[in-house]
Amino acid sequence: MTELQLDIQILAIVVAAACALPGVFLVLRKMSMMSDAISHAILFGIVIAFFIVEDLSSPFLVAGAALTGLFTVWVVELFNKSQRVHEDAAIGLVFPLLFSIGVILISRYAGQVHLDVDAVLLGEIAFAPFQRIIIGGWDLGPVATWEMLGILALNALFVVLFYKELKIATFDPALAATLGFSPVILHYALMTMVSFTAVGAFSAVGSILVVALMVGPPATAFLLTQRLSTMILLSVGIGSGNSILGYWFAHWLDVSIAGAIATLIGLVFFVTFLFSPQEGLVFQMWRRRHQRQEFFIDMVLVHLLHHRNTPEEPEECHPGHIAQHLNWDTDTVEKILHKATHRHLIQIQGDLLRLTPDGEARARQRLVE
Amino acid sequence: MDIWGLFTDYTIRNVTLGSAILGLVSGGLSTFAVLRRQSLLGDAISHAALPGIGLAFLFTHNKELMILLAGAFVAGWIGTGLMTLIIRHSRLKEDTALALVLSVFFGFGIVVLTHIQKLPIASQAGLESFLFGQAASLVASDVRLFTLISLIVFALIALFWKEFKLLTLDPDFTQTQGYPIWFLDTLLTTLLVVAIVIGLQTVGVVLMSAMIVAPGASARQWTDRMGIMFFLSGFFGLLAGTAGALTSSFVEKLPTGPTIVVYLSVIVAVSVLFAPHRGLVAGWIRRRTANVEIFKYTVLLALYDLSRHHPDERHGHSEKVIEKTLPAEVDVHKILQALETEHLIQRVNHNHWIITAEGLQKINQLNSEHVNHD
Repeated sequence: MTELQLDIQILAIVVAAACALPGVFLVLRKMSMMSDAISHAILFGIVIAFFIVEDLSSPFLVAGAALTGLFTVWVVELFNKSQRVHEDAAIGLVFPLLFSIGVILISRYAGQVHLDVDAVLLGEIAFAPFQRIIIGGWDLGPVATWEMLGILALNALFVVLFYKELKIATFDPALAATLGFSPVILHYALMTMVSFTAVGAFSAVGSILVVALMVGPPATAFLLTQRLSTMILLSVGIGSGNSILGYWFAHWLDVSIAGAIATLIGLVFFVTFLFSPQEGLVFQMWRRRHQRQEFFIDMVLVHLLHHRNTPEEPEECHPGHIAQHLNWDTDTVEKILHKATHRHLIQIQGDLLRLTPDGEARARQRLVE
Repeated sequence: MDIWGLFTDYTIRNVTLGSAILGLVSGGLSTFAVLRRQSLLGDAISHAALPGIGLAFLFTHNKELMILLAGAFVAGWIGTGLMTLIIRHSRLKEDTALALVLSVFFGFGIVVLTHIQKLPIASQAGLESFLFGQAASLVASDVRLFTLISLIVFALIALFWKEFKLLTLDPDFTQTQGYPIWFLDTLLTTLLVVAIVIGLQTVGVVLMSAMIVAPGASARQWTDRMGIMFFLSGFFGLLAGTAGALTSSFVEKLPTGPTIVVYLSVIVAVSVLFAPHRGLVAGWIRRRTANVEIFKYTVLLALYDLSRHHPDERHGHSEKVIEKTLPAEVDVHKILQALETEHLIQRVNHNHWIITAEGLQKINQLNSEHVNHD
C-alpha cells in the first residue's frame, strides 16, 4: 500500500465518520432527504464563494457555502409556513434551482472555475491528497483530511455536549418543548452541522456520496440496535468500514471510488435489512411462520382437550376429521400433527389422537391465558 | 434565426418537439405526484434509473435510445420496489428509503459508467450527457418514440381518470368502494417512471425531479379542480421544457437540465406569488383590506363609547386618544380619513373628532349583524 493510498483511505474514513454523526439524527428525525437538498444546494454557495475567494479550500468558502445550506432550510420552512405547497414539494422546488444555477455558472465560466461538473456529483477523492499542508519543510498531510478532521471534531463535540438535548428532542419533541429546549434552535444547529459537513465532504466525495454516507450507515445501524449511543458508534464503524472496502473495490475494478463506496453502503444495508437478528426480513418471515405453526399446534391441542372423553370423541379426535373441523387443508394438518407427535404433545392410539400429559398441560395453559 | 427557421431546421424542430412532449407528459403526471405527496419520489426514481442506462449499454453495446430507456425503466422500477419493501418491512421511514435508494443507485450507476469509460470501444461517448441532459442530441426517431409513449400514457390516464382521481384525493374511500388499489397504484407509479425515463436524455438524471414537482406545485396555486390542474400542469411542463431546450440549443455551454429548472422555478415563483386566490400577493391584499375594515370599526366603536361617557355630545376627542385603540403600526390618520369620506365621523376642530349620526346608525347596523350571526 502506497502512501497515497493510505492518505485516500484515511480521508475516506474521516469523511464517513463526520457524515455519520449528523446522519444519525437526520434518519431518526425523518429528515433524511434534507441531506440530499443541502448537499445539492451548497453547490451554488461553493461557486459564488469560489468567485470571491478563488480558493476551494479556503475556510471562507466553507462558511459561505454552508450558509447556502442554511438558506435552503430556511426557504423550505418559509414555503411550509406559507402553506402553498407540502414540505416534500418545498424541498423538491428549492434545491434543484440552487443546484442548477451552480451548474450553469460552472459550465459558463469553466475556464475560470477549477470545478468540473462531474466532480460536483462524484468528487474526486483520488486527487484530494495532492494538496498538502507543508510547514517549515514538514509535510503534515492533505489539506482535505485536516479540514474534515476539524469538522469531525466539531460534530463530535456538538453531539457529546448536547447529547441529552438531542436525544430528548428527537424521541420526545413534546417533552423537549416542556423542558424548555427550543426545537427551532436545535433544528438549525443540526442543519448547520449537516451543511458544514456536506461542504467539507463535497470536494472529496461529491454531493451524492454525502447523501449515501449520511443516510446509509445510520439506516443500517438503525436496524441493528435500539440504543442511540450504540447506533452512533455503529454508524461511524459501518461508514468507515464501507469506505475502506469501497476504496479497494474501486481500486480492483478501476472505477469511481465514491460510486463504489455508495454501492457497498447499499449492499451492506440490504444484507442487514434481510438478515438483521431483530428486524431482518428473513427472520421476520421465519418468526411469523413459527408463530403460525405454534398457534396451529395450540388449536389442535385445545380441540383434543375439549372433546376428550366425550361421546363425539371417536369422530372429533380422528386424524382425518381434524382437517375438516378446523377448516385446514390436509397438508397443513399432517405437518402440524407430525410436529406435535414428534414433540410428544400428542400420541396416536389406534384411530384416535390423544393428548400426552405434556400436551394436556400446554392446552390448559393456553386456555388460562 | 427567424421564426420560420424554428420549423424548418431539423435539429431545432426535434429539440422543440421532443422537449415539448416530455414537458407535457411529466407536467401531467406531476399533478398526481404533488397531490399524493410523492414529490421526492421522482428524485429517487430518476437517480435510480442511471445504472439501468449504463447496464443496458454494457450488455448490448448499443446506444439506441429505446434500449437505454428500457434499462432506465427497469432500474427505476426496481428502485421503487425496493423503497416500498424497505418502508413496509422495517421501522425506517419513507425519507430514509428515498435517500438511500437515490444515493446508492446513483453511486452504482457511476461505477457502471466509469467502468464503461475504460472499455476499449468507441461508441461509449455521450452516456454522461444523461447526468445533466442534452436536448441538442434529440433526433427524429427519438421524437417519434416520445410521441408514441406519450400517447399511450395519456390514453391510460384518460381511461382511468376517475379511478386515478379518487386514488389521489381519497385513497381510503377508493379502497372501500372496492377498486383494485394495488393495480391502480402500480399503474400510476409505472406511468410516473415512464415520464421520468423519457425526460432523462433532455433534463438529466440529477434534475429530472424538478419536472415532477414544479409544474404540479405551480398549477395547484391557480385552481382547486383536479382536471384543470392536470391541463395547466401539463402546459407549464411543456412551456418550461420547450423554452429551456431552445435556450440551451442556442446559447453555448448551457446544459439543458439546469436551464429548464430555472424556467420552471420562474413559473413556480410567479404562481405562488400572483395566483388569484392562493397567491401570496392576493393573500396580503385580502388581509390588508380586512384589517382596515376591522380598524375602522374599532375607531368608530371607540368614538361611540367616548361620546356616551362624555356629558357634552359635541365634545371632540383627540387623535392621541383614538390612536391608543389601534396597534402601534397602524396609521391612525388613514383610518380616520377613510371614516370621514364615508361621513361616519366628523372633525370638530384641529385633530379632534366625533361620531356622526350616520356613524351611530352604522354602529347599530353592525351590532345587529353581529347578534344575527351569533
